Amino acid sequence: MGQRTPLYDQHLALGAKMVDFGGWDMPLHYGSQVEEHHQVRRDCGVFDVSHMTVVDVRGADAKAYLQRLLANDVDRLGQVGKALYTAMLNERGGVVDDLIVYLAEEGYRLVVNASTRDKDLAWMQAHAEGFAVEVTERPELAMLAIQGPHARARTAELVSQARAALIQELKPFNGRAVGDWFIGRTGYTGEDGLEIILPAAEAPDFLSELVGAGIPPIGLGARDTLRLEAGLNLYGQDMTEDVSPLQANMGWTVAWEPAERDFVGRAALEAQKAQSDLPKLVGLVLEERGVLRAHQIVRVNGVGEGEITSGSFSPTLGKAIALARVPAGAGDRAEVEIRGKWYPVRVVQPTFVRHGKVLV
Amino acid sequence: MSDIPSDLRYAASHEWARLEADGSVSVGISDHAQEALGDVVYVELPEIGQQLTAGQQAGVVESVKAASDIYAPISGEVVAINDQLTDAPESVNSEPYGSWFFRIQPSDASELDKLLDAEGYKASCDAEA
Repeated sequence: MGQRTPLYDQHLALGAKMVDFGGWDMPLHYGSQVEEHHQVRRDCGVFDVSHMTVVDVRGADAKAYLQRLLANDVDRLGQVGKALYTAMLNERGGVVDDLIVYLAEEGYRLVVNASTRDKDLAWMQAHAEGFAVEVTERPELAMLAIQGPHARARTAELVSQARAALIQELKPFNGRAVGDWFIGRTGYTGEDGLEIILPAAEAPDFLSELVGAGIPPIGLGARDTLRLEAGLNLYGQDMTEDVSPLQANMGWTVAWEPAERDFVGRAALEAQKAQSDLPKLVGLVLEERGVLRAHQIVRVNGVGEGEITSGSFSPTLGKAIALARVPAGAGDRAEVEIRGKWYPVRVVQPTFVRHGKVLV
Repeated sequence: MSDIPSDLRYAASHEWARLEADGSVSVGISDHAQEALGDVVYVELPEIGQQLTAGQQAGVVESVKAASDIYAPISGEVVAINDQLTDAPESVNSEPYGSWFFRIQPSDASELDKLLDAEGYKASCDAEA
């Protein structure tokens, strides 16, 4: 038996097929993951993401601490509510985790992955040495994501006036507290939407209200196909401790300036940046029938081989897509080995769909 | 609880077989199988005219989760394939017993009796769990 979120019983009551995810019993789907995927792109849906780890960082040295800990620079957060996406690196420049950090009224709020919780907390505590800072996990909070073009409007109809007002005001990639709720205009689907962090005790009623209003519950199966279409990385697949952000399509998340900001892993990353032959993370599209899957080998004629890091059937495209790490010289065509045979694929930018539109 | 119609025969590898009025046998996959696979996105069918022996790989059903081989439950010649599954693979999930993959003209009618009946198939699924 894995860990359970406060919504576990409701998932069962809603007909979820439950699976283990990083030690948590989570809903894979409630009937059809393909149908749930379409619902989010066309309208909206609600995800239980309470397994994610919320960590508050406060104290006089909170900013300096995070400027050392994170590859992106929290100094870029110019006002309360702004958020950024970043990697947290080890000394070799490999990714310990990817996360979002919000500038809060007091200090910062970080949301890190579920599967890396213990590792991340130990890492963050170890690096707090010498800084006047408290790093506090918030396990008593639950999290629901409502995603899709109608997500914000539908949610605003169901919450208090103060919360509805915040929902209406929030700019993309911002998040702020309202009472003891925290509402972010962020997500993992490539659609507009919200991620709401709230006291665990209030989550079951809120989920009931959303589902009762006709917002369908969405499982992890659709969550994975949605994020893959959006070109969003999954830690543990698209990057690991042995992969640098430069090889994971995350170069844009590294804040090199100011040059004097010495973040963990900077030196290793600078050395890598100087190499011109680093593998890169690209997108693949299979034009024929079949499904691309993680670990399938990618062959680039005259250049070398790589590997798919994440692959699936894309409901929006109606064909298989993947993220793959390939040699630096790869162009716009490659081949993938599927069950012993080679199939041609198009090599594209690693973002396939944005706001419901197919880009590739 | 998966649905296991009593008028069909089954292979332990989760195919169902239905004897048609013209003596051919339609083949598909069970409710248990479609539920385990998840959303079906592609189906690979045998060729018309292909000779199959019982237990031989006859096609592939590919879902979001995995690709799974389909085996001929009995021996014979493939006399029809269901092209509709190419356009609507999701019907395998919504109507597993209405979605036939191919029809075989059996070379040995007694092979059908060697397949599991509904009770036998249920026991086989329970044992697998």
